[in-house]
Amino acid sequence: MAAPILEVKDLSVSYGKVEAVHHVNLQVEAGKIVTVIGPNGAGKTTMLSAIMGLLASKGEIRFQGEVQRDIEVEYLVSKGMTLVPEKRELFGEMSVEDNLLLGAFQRYRAGDRGQGETMEQVFKTFPRLKERRAQLAGTLSGGERQMLAVGRALMAKPKLLMLDEPSLGLAPLIVREIFHIIADLKQTGVAILLVEQNARAALQIADYGYVLETGVIALEGESRALADDPRIVETYLGLGGNKQ
Amino acid sequence: MNLQIALLLGQDGIVNGAIYALLALALVLVFAVTRVIYIPQGEFVSYGALTLAAFQTGRTPGTLWFLLAAGAVVAAIDIVIAVRAGALGRIGRIVLWNLALPAIVAGLVFWLESDKLPLAIQVVLTLAIVVPLGPMVYRLAFQPVAEASVLVLLIVSVAVHTAMVGLGLLFFGAEGSRTPPFSEAQFQLGGLVVNGQTLWVLGASAVLIVALYVFFERTLYGKALRATAINRVGARLMGISSTMAGKLSFTLAAGIGAFSGILIAPITTIYYDTGFLIGLKGFVAGIIGGLASYPLAAAGAILVGLLESFSSFWASAFKEVIVFTLIIPVLLWRSLTSHHVEEEE
Repeated sequence: MAAPILEVKDLSVSYGKVEAVHHVNLQVEAGKIVTVIGPNGAGKTTMLSAIMGLLASKGEIRFQGEVQRDIEVEYLVSKGMTLVPEKRELFGEMSVEDNLLLGAFQRYRAGDRGQGETMEQVFKTFPRLKERRAQLAGTLSGGERQMLAVGRALMAKPKLLMLDEPSLGLAPLIVREIFHIIADLKQTGVAILLVEQNARAALQIADYGYVLETGVIALEGESRALADDPRIVETYLGLGGNKQ
Repeated sequence: MNLQIALLLGQDGIVNGAIYALLALALVLVFAVTRVIYIPQGEFVSYGALTLAAFQTGRTPGTLWFLLAAGAVVAAIDIVIAVRAGALGRIGRIVLWNLALPAIVAGLVFWLESDKLPLAIQVVLTLAIVVPLGPMVYRLAFQPVAEASVLVLLIVSVAVHTAMVGLGLLFFGAEGSRTPPFSEAQFQLGGLVVNGQTLWVLGASAVLIVALYVFFERTLYGKALRATAINRVGARLMGISSTMAGKLSFTLAAGIGAFSGILIAPITTIYYDTGFLIGLKGFVAGIIGGLASYPLAAAGAILVGLLESFSSFWASAFKEVIVFTLIIPVLLWRSLTSHHVEEEE
């Protein structure tokens, strides 16, 4: 088995005295899609923020085999980790094209001038963005915003792409489109850590899954096995589940 | 008042307005990127003007010592941090910017006889001393509290202002200075005499404003600054560090401030504390633009300049009062027309 690109050991994150994530272990291998599913408030976003260095945490995070002490977001981005946050965090008053260009900021800083080429690839993946390239990001529809957020992250040519609830607030048809694209991204070799409430969609495209409940990993396994697990079926895939 | 006087006052107002516009742009930039209400902006105006004046009288400007000292402190702090983090690769850059460059500038100042140099070289040396103070001030005073509230940042800002005014008195003494104009040319325009310096101020301000526009619209670093202003978290996730953005905006602001000082030094006598008032007028203009809109701030600056020059004719004792009172109707108007934006999303 190849060395995992991301290895999280015993990760705990607290907000003040309240611990939101407890001793989480998780790993993502190169070229795989790994999903973390779980209900609202389980600590999924908190966990991603900690991995990305936005929140202080305890435990060990290894990225590409290297232990990350004193992690800084900017440093991790330059090493090939990107996060598409739940709120998208686009630059609303700037054009789609400028948003994408800024996605490659760290590469530009490091002297890489290949943004034009990457942008063509992003436009191939999301033709809609090409049509809207001169439009301000703030005027896009919800689905287009999500596409822009993913496209902007891809501009950094990441080795690990972390997606926080890409389906949030989107119409089912758009969700299906976005998930198709995520599944296709796997072909480009990027490892994906997908955090989702929409367990059905996530497990369909993922190779491996974790279930996070109230800050603890309650269950993990091959996603096909998880999809058949009676506990998952009942809680997450059943009729009253978190379908969106 | 006849037409002649009105034209003269108008000319005065527009010239001062151009300077206020530059300062207002710097204030809007700094606030948008770092949320700092940058009171010390005016000190860079004084430092720029007085450093140039010191060169012209053959003295060594005290700002040079400030640059060397601030650079040494920044380098010491950053090197300790780099060593602790095990990031030894950073040390080269730290030494280059905070120790080597100031030392080179100091070497040049001592080696060259500054009062015999052409004006252009004196201006370059002045900028080389004053501009690096911008990012150093950011590093020492603002970066450690970058995440604090706007109020805390404002208090730090007032403290830095007070310290820099005091240092200004120490460096330059209490007497004012005026530098010779860039050009002695005079033009007859209708019934109006236009000085060469007037055209210099207007021309240089226009060029600087266009250059800033191009920087923000066309270059990736300019866009990165705008991105940080629009969405700090989003920018960080793209690897645009808030520290880098803060230093860059403080560098630009210092450059604009020092250059403004150099431009007006031949028109007004500059004292160690003159910059504060000039900066405050730029601030009034910035407020007219809601500390967010560059074009509105620039327009507001021209308005402030005109209001100032006409009120100095009609009621010269009240000219500052009238200019600063402008802020009240502006605030009222803004509070009625703009919707309240929550600081945290």
